[in-house]
Amino acid sequence: MSKTLIRGAKVLGGAPQDVLIDGETIMHVGTGLPAADTEGAEIVEAEGKVLLPGLVDLHTHLREPGREDSETVLTGTRAAASGGYTAVFAMANTFPVADTAGVVEQVYRLGREHGYCDVQPIGAVTVGLEGKKLAELGAMHDSAAGVTVFSDDGKCVHDAVIMRRALEYVKAFGGVVAQHAQEPRLTEGAQMNEGVVSAELGLGGWPAVAEESIIARDVLLADHVGSRVHICHLSTAGSVEIVRWAKARGIRVTAEVTPHHLLLTDELVRTYNPVYKVNPPLRTEADVHALREALADGTIDIVATDHAPHPHEDKDCEWAAAAMGMVGLETALSVVQETMVETGLLDWAGVAARMSATPAEIGRAHGHGRPVSAGEPANLTLVDTAYRGQVDPAGFASRSRNTPYEGRALPGRVTHTWLRGRATLVDGKLT
Amino acid sequence: MQRHLISAADLTRDDAVLILDTAEEMARVADRPIKKLPTLRGRTVVNLFFEDSTRTRISFEAAEKRLSADVINFTAKGSSVSKGESLKDTAQTLEAMGVDAVVIRHGSSGAPYRLANSGWIDAAVINAGDGTHQHPTQALLDAFTLRRRLVGRDAGLGQDLTGRRVTLVGDILHSRVARSNVDLLHTLGAEVTLVAPPTLLPVGVETWPCEVSYDLDSTLPKSDAVMLLRVQRERMNAAFFPTEREYTRRYGLDADRMARMPEQAIVMHPGPMVRGMEITAEVADSPRCTAVEQVANGVSIRMAVLYLLLGGNEPALTHARTTEEK
Repeated sequence: MSKTLIRGAKVLGGAPQDVLIDGETIMHVGTGLPAADTEGAEIVEAEGKVLLPGLVDLHTHLREPGREDSETVLTGTRAAASGGYTAVFAMANTFPVADTAGVVEQVYRLGREHGYCDVQPIGAVTVGLEGKKLAELGAMHDSAAGVTVFSDDGKCVHDAVIMRRALEYVKAFGGVVAQHAQEPRLTEGAQMNEGVVSAELGLGGWPAVAEESIIARDVLLADHVGSRVHICHLSTAGSVEIVRWAKARGIRVTAEVTPHHLLLTDELVRTYNPVYKVNPPLRTEADVHALREALADGTIDIVATDHAPHPHEDKDCEWAAAAMGMVGLETALSVVQETMVETGLLDWAGVAARMSATPAEIGRAHGHGRPVSAGEPANLTLVDTAYRGQVDPAGFASRSRNTPYEGRALPGRVTHTWLRGRATLVDGKLT
Repeated sequence: MQRHLISAADLTRDDAVLILDTAEEMARVADRPIKKLPTLRGRTVVNLFFEDSTRTRISFEAAEKRLSADVINFTAKGSSVSKGESLKDTAQTLEAMGVDAVVIRHGSSGAPYRLANSGWIDAAVINAGDGTHQHPTQALLDAFTLRRRLVGRDAGLGQDLTGRRVTLVGDILHSRVARSNVDLLHTLGAEVTLVAPPTLLPVGVETWPCEVSYDLDSTLPKSDAVMLLRVQRERMNAAFFPTEREYTRRYGLDADRMARMPEQAIVMHPGPMVRGMEITAEVADSPRCTAVEQVANGVSIRMAVLYLLLGGNEPALTHARTTEEK
């Protein structure tokens, strides 16, 4: 089996250490490793760089099957490897919808075959994402894909009875429902965050309460039936308060925030450039600060990208006609470095927890999000945190280019990614 | 002046006064036997209308023709747009035919801004109403009407609307006319009050440079002009207000209410009016109502805007007026 020696890396941002990978496993972590062990190993000089466990994204849209013009499992997992990810959870809103064992098994298998990043499919909660009838959640769990996370993402499971039943039902096999919190009636025709900017721009408002009222309901439902619930892309200060309250009460709720909601605000919509059109919408400066604080203090458990590729023509148009979503896999870590690390809110161990260990735990991604220590699977990400550069979408591995960061200076760059000991990214280039 | 006219908020006080003064000159053309100027001869203007609006389109068309521009009318219905062509492709197609200016009406807020700022085309873009965002030429023609009536046709030249009190009543939430008027009237120094039921005011209105009231009766005696906005009947189905009758009782302008306005105060309406809803026939047909005058002024304002955006710095009328005065 091949060996790789990562020399002088700051493991989780700590003191420099050598990390020896043997086959699929981390063999040693420390200094002054015995020469006999490192003999013949490929050397990766990692002085000054930070070594993290491979990142895990609980919220990715890979678009295959059905919208291969925007992304495929291959291009999406290559983008993931570029961004330092070793596992992604693929959302169910494909065509056909991932609401049967057949579809989830196909997506799972494509991920394994391509070998850039493990793909863990998310199953739809309801048939066709229509919110009316439970999909065969048990069959998807029992399939080769072993689905444990269920979500109608893109749509909210708004019927309180359906949501209650789903929360209860998945307890039988340790599943979790990931809710896209959006009260549908309050967001009819909504185009952007409702507030000062929407009033001026004349774009349909998306009130914070449309998100918060669903989160409030769902944490109470989870409490009532004794289930865990996960909140997708939480975006408002009010949502933070509700989750904080629920956690204090002992309710088993977890929550994610996207990189873009940690950085961007609705002021950008003044350009009417649909690259800033996203669901949930960009909110205000006050929300951004509340989200950062909440991610730092653990109220928000994880960062998830909501990587949402769209073809050029779906963004090169007027605002109302444009699709919602942004690509994010290849910029997520840089945005987190900018908003959380360089602001002093999180150290790299904290980043590892929120972008690897905890998402793996929420989604039960076995072998991912493990400590960087001997005997663990060699899923690793090496980051050049001193790097400074501008985002250039032309260099993306993703098939789509709908990034809100084009031309923006962001810190840090993933140089290497290892998936079970095999390098998927070397010196910033996919293998 | 900027190269495009997208939002009333983009105009400085001096820009706006220049447009109003130029419109006064243009208005003289309408009084002549031959209502035509050679200013835009050889220039091509397209009226790109993605939304039906016969009134606005005809007003722009009249203005363009009086300036001798070549005019192309493009309506989305039955065109390539209904077959799925994008705004970008439509605009580029028209520009390839040699268009100098695009007058665009679009149902999506921000579509004219995108057209002007995305590098799709080089032509000047004039916003003829976008979604619930802006309708700058409407605000300009309203300001023109206000200045003429409240300050005077000749006395008004070079003047703004400092200290004039203007009340806008109706569906502010969905109104591009309201947004444009708040911006422009504020720039021109007027004091603006918005009156509507709370459901028809946008969240965030408290940051606008105006007063907000839910009570029409208390604002009438303090208004030099009351501008009524059309209220679409279908709004009541979305629970913005209970019934038409209730809306009319609380926010409609009838003769009794008009009598409570100061003696010289005027009633304005951008049209189309819904008689019996926001305005009674008696008020609409009274000499204090400027609705018809506004339409005539619209042509003069649009001539002024087209001239200033396309005609460059050459005087529009100097030659013609000298001839006339002889």
